[in-house]
Amino acid sequence: MTATTKMNGIAAFNKALHIAMEKDPKVLVLGEDVADREGGGVVGFTKGLSTTFGDDRVKSTPIAEQSIIGAAIGAAIGGYKPVAEIMLMNFTTVAMDMIHNHAAKLRFMSGGQTSVPMVITTLTGAGAQTAGQHADHLEAWFAHAAGIKVVAPATPADYIGLTLSAIDDPDPVMIVMSMMTLFGPMEVPDDQGPIPLGKANVLAEGSDVTIIAYSSTVLTAFQAMPKLAEAGISAELIDLRTVSPWDRETVLESVRKTGRAVIIHEAVKEHGVGAEIAAVINEELFGELKAPVRRLGAPSCPVPFAKVLETAFLVSVDELVETVTATVK
Amino acid sequence: MSAGGNRMTPNPEQQVDIYRRMVRIERNDDAIRQTIKRGRLQMPYYSARGQEVIPSAISAQLNPDDTICTIYRGIHDMVAKDMPLRPLWAEIAGRVDGTCKGKGGPMHLTHPESGVMVTTGIVGSSMPIANGLGWAMKLDGSKRVSIAYFGDGASNIGAFHEALNLASLWKLPVIFVCQNNRFAEHTRYENGTSVDQISKRAAGYGMPGYTVDGNDPSEMYAHAYEAIERARSGEGPTLLECMTFRFLGHVFGDDDKYMTKEEKAEAMEKDPLPAFRARLIADGHATEEQLAEIEKKITDEVADARDWALEREFPSTDELKRDVFEAEIA
Repeated sequence: MTATTKMNGIAAFNKALHIAMEKDPKVLVLGEDVADREGGGVVGFTKGLSTTFGDDRVKSTPIAEQSIIGAAIGAAIGGYKPVAEIMLMNFTTVAMDMIHNHAAKLRFMSGGQTSVPMVITTLTGAGAQTAGQHADHLEAWFAHAAGIKVVAPATPADYIGLTLSAIDDPDPVMIVMSMMTLFGPMEVPDDQGPIPLGKANVLAEGSDVTIIAYSSTVLTAFQAMPKLAEAGISAELIDLRTVSPWDRETVLESVRKTGRAVIIHEAVKEHGVGAEIAAVINEELFGELKAPVRRLGAPSCPVPFAKVLETAFLVSVDELVETVTATVK
Repeated sequence: MSAGGNRMTPNPEQQVDIYRRMVRIERNDDAIRQTIKRGRLQMPYYSARGQEVIPSAISAQLNPDDTICTIYRGIHDMVAKDMPLRPLWAEIAGRVDGTCKGKGGPMHLTHPESGVMVTTGIVGSSMPIANGLGWAMKLDGSKRVSIAYFGDGASNIGAFHEALNLASLWKLPVIFVCQNNRFAEHTRYENGTSVDQISKRAAGYGMPGYTVDGNDPSEMYAHAYEAIERARSGEGPTLLECMTFRFLGHVFGDDDKYMTKEEKAEAMEKDPLPAFRARLIADGHATEEQLAEIEKKITDEVADARDWALEREFPSTDELKRDVFEAEIA
């Protein structure tokens, strides 16, 4: 039996950074408030790093997102592996040119002469009443851009495994950290190693329907599973882990078996990641489907403040149970 | 603010080297425009004719491993940095033997062996990335320098201000070189920029800033020397605003009605190339024959690069799947 330690997503991510920085002196961390002098990040993602690895490798930056990502790109081209924190995902919009036009494209535009092995970490998610400009799930924007990978961990163990792989990846990777995935402690193997990017995790096997989730909605789906079982529905639960490139093989194999699929994400449903997955399932498995592929996501409105509205904005466990039940019937 | 103390002046050999780089830029620019005109090359072209002195006086003092990040109007910066002309031409012609296999084109050239790390089509974005290269150089413990080239229009975008602040705060070995050609696309300097001199903005970021006659090789050399020394010795960044004038429109073929005939005529009369040539001879640094020989050699080099490049193959469509990531995409 592997020894385990109980920790939350924040501690797990922090552990991954310690492991990566210890292993490779080329790994750097930069972002607003990341050094210990500034408290090691607003939620403590980077606590202890500057004390252990020095202020040269762990640099607090001004509130200047373009310059953060630009510095990370230049350092990456210059032979380093920077992990750049953009405090909240809505602030990536301020650095969109650097992320989309530069980080994601320099390898291609240079014909492979330069590469940008950097990681962008960013926190988001509804549930903490931060409202319109602090909680958007924008992963579809980046999944739509060629040249950048998008990872969305759901559990503390995955935070370690996916972060280690992201740092080792030769290309830019964005890690989307959803609020709801960060604070609940779970057992994590002490020797948790890298988890490959682009591979989904089958969390529960089932025969009637496939639920495809990632990030915070994995937790929603987890809570729905006993209710579905009670209703006599055998659901297979897949955590995508990586949003782009997503694991078509695992998803298609599962839906081929169950004949039904429900995709759930926290992001706005319209033009979201679920649309892409649903389209591919339809293209590949049209004749084999027993029911239309269903998607669940937020309505096309900004994340609201009032608790009652914020709760309604998110897909609830009951809504998921209802949709899955309707799909199976 | 002007550079104080002992001015470093280029010796005769360095002056001839600066001239050589200027001629290489001018002949190359001329050949590109001619080739487009004749329909043998299809590309968006942003001529820097008139701006030859700036990167030439700087590059004469750089090593191959000093880097530049430049912009779509930046082929002169690359040529000055000794980028070989054959792969440069193959790239602007979209051929597989181009520096970037024909996938970057004239606005996105890269050639790390010459130190050309990024060429960007987005105004202002050379600066934040040049900072990162400077940061890497500093972490390496090397004495290398990172140059960010940009135009006067770029000093109004947020990236300029963010980059200057960070470079100053982190004491990065970066030199911000503004090639002030007095037009941001079609907009006259005074209609888009709130200060009469961009160099004044340096004060807001705690770094030295100079407005330099960017068409005077000696003055350009002296200021670049000081900035490079400052960067190499760990004292941090410098902003150089280099005054110049572009002879042509924003993009090749545009109707440059936003420039007056008088100012164009005046600028062309002050063309830095023949002026510097005459000065080199008058000062006894080179003879007419020596310069003619240099010019002939460069003319041949440019013609060779053009002819060679236009004979190359286009990339295979398989290239669409390569270099998106390290691993080929499915």
